[in-house]
Amino acid sequence: MSKDIRIKKGLDIKLVGVAEKSTTAVSQSSIYAVKPEDFHGITPKLVAKEGAEVKAGDTLFYSKSDARILFPSPVSGIVKEVIRGARRKVLAVKIAADATQSYKDFGTKNADEMLAEEVKDHLLASGCWPFVKQRPYDVVANPNQAPKAIFISAHASAPLAADLAYTLAGKEAELQAAITAVSKLTEGLVHVSVGANSSSPLANLKGIAVHKVSGPHPSGNVGTQIAHIDPINKGEVVWVLAPQDLLVIGELLLTGKLNLTRTVALTGSQFSAPQYVTAVSGAAIADVTANNLKDDNTRIISGNVLSGKEVKMAEFLGYYDNQITAIPEGDDYEFFGWNKPIFNKISTSRALTFSWLSPNKKYDLNTNTNGEHRAFVVTGSYEEVFPLDIYPMQLLKAFMYKDLDEMEALGGYEVAPEDFALTEFVCVSKQPHQKIIREGLDLMREELG
Amino acid sequence: MSLKDNLHNLKEKYKGTKMAPAFNAIHTFLYLPNEVTHGGTHIKAADDLKRTMNIVIMALIPCLIFGMFNAGYQHYAAIDGSLRADVLANFFTFDNLWIGIIKVLPLVIVSYGVGLLVEFIFAVIKGHEVEEGYLVTGMLVPLIVPVDTPLWMLSVAVVFGVVIGKEVFGGTGMNILNPALTIRAFLFFAYPTWMSGDKVWVYDAVNMSEADAISGETMLGYYAKASQDLTIKGANGAADIVTTYGDRANELYSTFDKFMGFIPGSVGETSTFLILIGAAILIFTKIASWRIILSAFVGAAVMGLIFNQVVAADIITESSKFYGLMSTVWWEHLTIGGLAFGAVFMATDPVTGSQTNKGKWIYGFLIGFISIMIRVFNPAYPEGVFLAILLMNVFAPTIDHYVVQGNVKKRLNRTKVKTA
Repeated sequence: MSKDIRIKKGLDIKLVGVAEKSTTAVSQSSIYAVKPEDFHGITPKLVAKEGAEVKAGDTLFYSKSDARILFPSPVSGIVKEVIRGARRKVLAVKIAADATQSYKDFGTKNADEMLAEEVKDHLLASGCWPFVKQRPYDVVANPNQAPKAIFISAHASAPLAADLAYTLAGKEAELQAAITAVSKLTEGLVHVSVGANSSSPLANLKGIAVHKVSGPHPSGNVGTQIAHIDPINKGEVVWVLAPQDLLVIGELLLTGKLNLTRTVALTGSQFSAPQYVTAVSGAAIADVTANNLKDDNTRIISGNVLSGKEVKMAEFLGYYDNQITAIPEGDDYEFFGWNKPIFNKISTSRALTFSWLSPNKKYDLNTNTNGEHRAFVVTGSYEEVFPLDIYPMQLLKAFMYKDLDEMEALGGYEVAPEDFALTEFVCVSKQPHQKIIREGLDLMREELG
Repeated sequence: MSLKDNLHNLKEKYKGTKMAPAFNAIHTFLYLPNEVTHGGTHIKAADDLKRTMNIVIMALIPCLIFGMFNAGYQHYAAIDGSLRADVLANFFTFDNLWIGIIKVLPLVIVSYGVGLLVEFIFAVIKGHEVEEGYLVTGMLVPLIVPVDTPLWMLSVAVVFGVVIGKEVFGGTGMNILNPALTIRAFLFFAYPTWMSGDKVWVYDAVNMSEADAISGETMLGYYAKASQDLTIKGANGAADIVTTYGDRANELYSTFDKFMGFIPGSVGETSTFLILIGAAILIFTKIASWRIILSAFVGAAVMGLIFNQVVAADIITESSKFYGLMSTVWWEHLTIGGLAFGAVFMATDPVTGSQTNKGKWIYGFLIGFISIMIRVFNPAYPEGVFLAILLMNVFAPTIDHYVVQGNVKKRLNRTKVKTA
């Protein structure tokens, strides 16, 4: 039951700084951190006390709503500090890493012989459950629900995204073990989407429905693929996993160790050598980017330029991220910037903007908003970059005025913030689309379950 | 210290004060702000609202310049009809432009001056930034009023239009009615004796004597009375000319004149040719919806064709007061009056128009369709396009509602199929 997906509406944002296909290992950081806010909607209950010794895989905190969902330490060492914000909210748990890493042993498993309950328990116990995310609401999956299908997008279309065919090459054994295991979690199919012209190591695995995807971004967004393969209806749940996380699960099954080492793409024009590095999740940004940044006035993003998160030098790589982007800050004025012809920025209109003349040119965009926040005025521009069968502006407005009936009727169950990243990029009124969607989804989750 | 640094320091100084929006409006006019992204996407596309509005203004400039020449040309041609013999030679003259400068430019200045003043006051009172909506409205207004509109009347109308048409709803992006058309409608309904009839379309027509060759009747005015007799007093003792309004119009204005815009009318709406160039600019730059523009013209043509058929079937005869405009050939309807200007520059306002692509087809079609209907059945003031657009502004949310409901139903059906 495989289905080709061809996306027409969308936009490939071509930027300078594609990661070169060579991988170096980053020297081990002295400090690592796990941030509860990387797991949206989770309220952490701390297990690890300051000063406690942990192995890689030991629990740092668990979810208040379901004590079975554990969040593990990526490295072995000593819990150095728990950073708290307003109302004692846990912002980060910092771990001072040992020089030689020791791993908690979860025992090797043969995925073929495991039952659904065993898989679930093993993922929960080993701290791998946070890798399973659910739609609707785009949060860590609720283990009590039964998903109608599982979706895995192995096609990365976001700007400068890590090439999964490169980062996962040669890992078929781990991926197969993980797929065999997670496929037991659903009665339905495991849908894997690969790029139409890529040699993805996931394409030839057993027990999956493969879909070939082509077209501009957001063709690689799992939300786009779900909408085209098996859209979510009210009351249904699908689970979503990322290929780089399957690798961790696979390694856990085969070796019994939780190894959160990832191949991370360093991308963007501010890296003097954009390339791939191996780094452990939660590594210090300063260590990962050491001796590679061009200048100080740089925005460092854990993730991609559309949906990633701004991080400072003293902060840490996001738990799920396999990409760091560095682009110039745009905190300068531009004389008559609103009416002169523009050649060095991307635009979907042709309003004295000329990016339509050179569709293959790579741009060096900065973080300037290129205008001020305004009410919604222009219509029809979102639809050009939005491939879902949803009215984007109407949904955004419903999310803003918080009419739950309309939010539900207009397709609120089918969207995630990242689906609105391109509409936010092209928005003439500079509205914060992803924030609107995130807050609306949180409200729906609270009110509708 | 450079201008950039000076302005930056001033901005910091004014931050949080009442006058900040007023200062920022001027500052952001000179410099694209130094604001950077926070939270969502880290990069943004090049377009902002100022750029979008600026393109519309640029598309309107040819109409404005042509309107300035036409103001003079219609004035002198009313005095000396022989000028019409060679339009091209007598149109782009400095004398004509001068009339434009003294009559049209003040309309532009008053429109922008009064309108922006109101915008600034509201921005300062309500503490929001000055939004760009009025940049286009301010240019549209002088182009859709008759050249002899008194400036005080225009000022009153602009204040009414901006306050009642826009600010009470919350400003740019929140209004239901097109502000420029609200201003036009206010002028028409508040000062009907001045704003209709045949004296306001040509500069100084009020003071021209009966003996002058022609008064300042618009094309629609002529066609509305096409079969009525018209007696023109012969100048300098010559014999009176007896004709009908329809024949007189055809004698004065060729199809070429009507298409190119060498006819009396509101300042900037006469030249269908330049309006189409404006439409090409707006469509190419993706600023205006081609769906609305195309469907408005189609709607007008369909209504025109229907009326033509009604006349051809002898249902309406020459004695009817509707005969004149009903018998006007359908394609001629597209070149006379404000239809083209309305379809291209007013109907396409994204805030007051339909917001869904399907809705835009329906919305545009009905604007064209109803424009011609009003034109024919409202002999007191034959131009119907502004009323048609205002009417459809009110219905646009309803159209969108049904289009969106289609999407909602599709989603519900999907669930039903599943559960069945």
